[in-house]
Amino acid sequence: MSFRSVIAVLGVLAVVGLLVFGLASKGSSGLAVGDPVPTSALPRLEGDGSGSLAAYRGRWVLVNFWASWCEPCRAEAPALEKFQREHGGPRFAVLGIDTRDLSGDGQDFVREFGLSYPQLRDGDGGAAHDYGTSGVPETFLVDPQGRLRLHVPGPVDEQTLEGSVAPLLPEGKS
Amino acid sequence: MRARAALLAALVLALLAPAAAAAERASLTEVEKQVMCPVCGTLLQLAESPQAQRERVFINNLIGEGKSEGEIKDALVAEYGNEVLALPPESGFSLSAYVVPIIALLVAAAALAIGVLRWRRAGGGSGGVGGGSGRPAAPSERDSERLDADLARYDL
Repeated sequence: MSFRSVIAVLGVLAVVGLLVFGLASKGSSGLAVGDPVPTSALPRLEGDGSGSLAAYRGRWVLVNFWASWCEPCRAEAPALEKFQREHGGPRFAVLGIDTRDLSGDGQDFVREFGLSYPQLRDGDGGAAHDYGTSGVPETFLVDPQGRLRLHVPGPVDEQTLEGSVAPLLPEGKS
Repeated sequence: MRARAALLAALVLALLAPAAAAAERASLTEVEKQVMCPVCGTLLQLAESPQAQRERVFINNLIGEGKSEGEIKDALVAEYGNEVLALPPESGFSLSAYVVPIIALLVAAAALAIGVLRWRRAGGGSGGVGGGSGRPAAPSERDSERLDADLARYDL
């Protein structure tokens, strides 16, 4: 193979490589039931430090992506808080992730709805992308092994939570 | 005389200082052209989503606090990450967005120049209509023989 051919092949490979990299970095395939969920650390919405889903290994976790500017998120917040109060415990917790939102607005939202469950901040939407969300709100039930058990795109209400999520949790106060 | 000069200088400074401050003062219209609405994926200037409206309020509050454009963009990056900037920052990996096109342009120009030089050296363009130097390339020995044979055949 001549020098020119090698250069041409390298050029084509570079272009194809850039295209593949672009697609891979922008594309989001989404999670399927049974897939391990991402556990990258995120800053806490209020206070210092960070948190991660990895810290919840061994517990059931209902991960809820939300934003203060999202009206359906406002509609579902009371139901999530009620579910946390009724089912939260050593074996289950709700975890909120405020995504693509201003931190001040997110903190106001938490206070307005009196949300008692932990909240993380995903300002650039990286975690929402890793979970394959297409918007907010979206909710994911993660089992104690860190695998996805249920995905609810769109808002949840008491009926959804009690009818679809609660039956998967361990008996009694979780 | 000195006192008059000092008074004049003070007057000029007093007139220029507010103008300079006004020139540095950020405006929503200018910032909107330089940042994105992260949810919409468009310039904030073009976005009308609820998130974009909150972003505008945030920027307006910072303008009210007297922050400069740079400070406002830094605050937006702290909230939304680097992707909120319409143009990537000129540092780190993002620098490649500026450097790579320049390098590609230089490589393309160099390749073009080398190609043209080789083409001219090989006598390209001299045989065509109005082909460059105007001096036709000398025919090969075989072509000359063919030409002579053809001329002889037509008995010109």
